Parts: sequence; C-alpha cells; structure tokens
Amino acid sequence: MKETKQMSVSAIQNGTVIDHVPANNLFKVIQILGLDRIDNQITFGTNLESKKLGRKAIIKISGVFFEDADINRIALVAPDAKLNIIRDYEVVEKKVVEVPDVIVGIAKCMNPKCITNFESVTTRFKVVSKKNVTLKCHYCEKITNQENLQII
Amino acid sequence: MLGIRAILMKNRSLVSIDDFSTEEILRILDLTEEFEKEPTRKLLEGKVVATLFFEPSTRTRLSFESAVSRLGGKIVGFSDALNSSVSKGETLNDTILTVNNYCDLIVMRHPIEGSARYASEIASVPVINAGDGANQHPTQTLLDLYSIRKTQGTLDNLNIFMVGDLKYGRTVHSLMMAMSRWNTTFNFIAPEELKMPDEFKLYLDNLGLKYYEHSDFTDIISKADIIYMTRVQKERFSDPIEYEKVKNVYVLRNSMLKNTKPNMRILHPLPRVNEIHQDVDSNPKAYYFEQALNGVYTRQAIVCSLLGIK
Repeated sequence: MKETKQMSVSAIQNGTVIDHVPANNLFKVIQILGLDRIDNQITFGTNLESKKLGRKAIIKISGVFFEDADINRIALVAPDAKLNIIRDYEVVEKKVVEVPDVIVGIAKCMNPKCITNFESVTTRFKVVSKKNVTLKCHYCEKITNQENLQII
Repeated sequence: MLGIRAILMKNRSLVSIDDFSTEEILRILDLTEEFEKEPTRKLLEGKVVATLFFEPSTRTRLSFESAVSRLGGKIVGFSDALNSSVSKGETLNDTILTVNNYCDLIVMRHPIEGSARYASEIASVPVINAGDGANQHPTQTLLDLYSIRKTQGTLDNLNIFMVGDLKYGRTVHSLMMAMSRWNTTFNFIAPEELKMPDEFKLYLDNLGLKYYEHSDFTDIISKADIIYMTRVQKERFSDPIEYEKVKNVYVLRNSMLKNTKPNMRILHPLPRVNEIHQDVDSNPKAYYFEQALNGVYTRQAIVCSLLGIK
C-alpha cells in the first residue's frame, strides 16, 4: 500500500512534502505559497484517499524549505496539513501548520461595503478564533468566518 | 508643557473608539470639561483642518467646523462628494494623499466601511473618523460618554437603557463597547427585527457584564440612569405590518417619565423623527440638545489632543 502511494507521487531527494491538504484546496495552497511562480521541481497528487479528510492532496517541492511564518499562511485552507522536511530521501523533521494571529493579503473580507473591496488595499485580519477560524477585518471591523472565507 | 499622555496622543488618528485606552478617553473628557468652560480661544491659529464629507452630514460637520472656528483654526473641504474630484473617479488614496498636503488634520466621513482606517494609514497628518458607513463614529461615542459623565457625575456602575434600532445603529454599538469599561448594566429594548446582534452580546458575556433584553420598557423605565433613544427606521422592516405594530412602542412620551429616577437623562444622537415626542423636550430630563452642544467641546478636545496642542 505504502509503495503504491510513493509511486503515484515520486519521492524527492531534498525539499518539503506537504501532506494532508484537502483535495479541493490544493490549488489555493499552491497559489498562497506562490508555487506556480517558482522554477523548482514540484510534483503533486490529488484526490488520494484519506481517512481523515476523505480526499486529500499531497505536494512535493524539491529544494525548497519554508519558514514557519510562510507555511502558516496556508492554515486557512489546509489547517490539518503536515510537513515533512526531506534531506537525502530521509524525513529529518515534521511540522504542523498553525493559524497565525494576523492574516495579511490572503483572505477576502466578506463585507461588500468594506474598503478592501473597493480600492486596492491589502486585506488584513486579526484572528479572533483559531479553532473555527474567525477573522476580524482590520479595516471595517466586521467578522469573516470559515463559511464565508474566500481566498484572494 | 504637555504631559506624557498628551505626547502619546500627538499625531495619532482616531478611527475607532478602541484606538484610545481608558486613560486616554478620560483625558479627552477632562479636556472637554476645560473647553466647555472656555470654548473660544486662539489655540488653533495658523492651523488648517480639512473636513472631507463624502456623504452629507449636517450635525457632525457643523459641530467640527464650529469647534475649529472657535479656536481660531481655518477649515477647507467639501460637504458632498458630488462637489469634489471623487465625482471624476478619483480614488480615496489619491484624494487623501493630495489633501494631506493642504492641512494639519483631516476629518472625514465616508460611506465605505474601513475607509477612515485606510486613510489614516496613508495620510501624513492625523485622521479623525466622522463616520465610516455603519462601522464607527468615535467622536459621537466620546461626546456621549462626556454627556453621561457630566449628568451622572460618574461613568461607573450605571444602568443604561438603549432603545430602538439596536441592530444597525453604530452609535449604540460603539457606546455599548465603550461603556463596558465601567461595569455598566445594559437594558436593550428593541423590536425582534432590530435586536442587538449576537456578536455584541457575546462581547458582554465575555466581560461578565449584565444585560437584559426587552420588547417594551414602560414597566422598567424607573431603573434607568440613562435612556439612549435611537430612530426606528421603517425601511428596516421586511413586513410593513410589523412596523405599524411596533412603531408606537418605541416612542418616548412625557407621561412615561413620571416614575423615573431624578438623575435620569434622555440622550439621542439626533436627528430625531418621532421616537421622542416633542412634549418631552421641556422636561429637565431631556438632554439631547445639550448633548449636541457637548459635541463641539468634545471635538475641540479631540482636535487639540491629536495636534499635540493640549
């Protein structure tokens, strides 16, 4: 079973494996981390079976090691993601993502009357609840919750 | 010489009431008291204040302009976006970056929520939010606090009745959040459609403050220290029959004030339509016009604090 998985998304020598990404948010994760704009070798698999998520995605990025602050940016769309840091084909470190205290430029404010939806203002939220992610807009002070969450 | 707190307030903006600590709020109220005693002084001579009113407002704009004029400052600005470059399609960003070259402080009202916070981040001069959509109107909150402290002698342990539109009214939300710093008991009186939103009740729950909700207040009015009236707007109701049913429940009449406490005062952010009957106006417990006058002194205190003059 394990071997089949490795076959579907080939192993990497050095880099980062992001596992347990909800399949429907794979491309959001790619976008948030800017993986569509780098030259490194990236392989991903999606709609893989997962007991926890139903269908999950996995991303393997060669030669890239993320800072914690960067990786926490995906917490909004992949709160259960797990990172394996690979060096010479071995997992040398495991990390989980953590919802940061402040979210800058990732989410859209759900208030249609918010300035961020009228002018080119980078959105900024204070995270008021990390469990069921709840964001308070720095500008209009309205709440955006998980159900209304849209990634820019 | 300016005290340490005054120095800390210099060049800051006032966008939301939460921008000021309790100490800073009290400092503004103390300064307001000073301006009430002596409102005409040449403290702002040589200063230019821009009043940018992207949507019309009579009271707030005139109150600011009166406040600045009495202190010898000059006013530039517009009272309607139609008369400004905004009508030509200019962004708020460009308007602010241009105007802040012409003045020492910006007072702005704008229909879009968060616009004042954004302006305060790009302007090189302090920005005072005179209302951003349904979001914040902190100078109203400060003048309400001043009026409450002046009439009650304290802000501590009061029983405040908020009546009318508690769902959309930004003044009641800001005042509630500000008063929650002084162990206030709240009574919310509103029709079902216009009840205080859950997020604000949750805010009070987290602070362990007491609040009660009612649909009518004739039986409990004797407990109030402050009755804060607001307008119930017909257009807020999905069903016009519902409005007809409740519209008179939220009209305050002089006959209702018989058993109220001697210290009780009636406040209203104005404009009033019919929610306070005119027969209340002559009752000494009616305080809304004095409250509007306090707005001038409060705004003098705020402008001088942010300019580092007081």
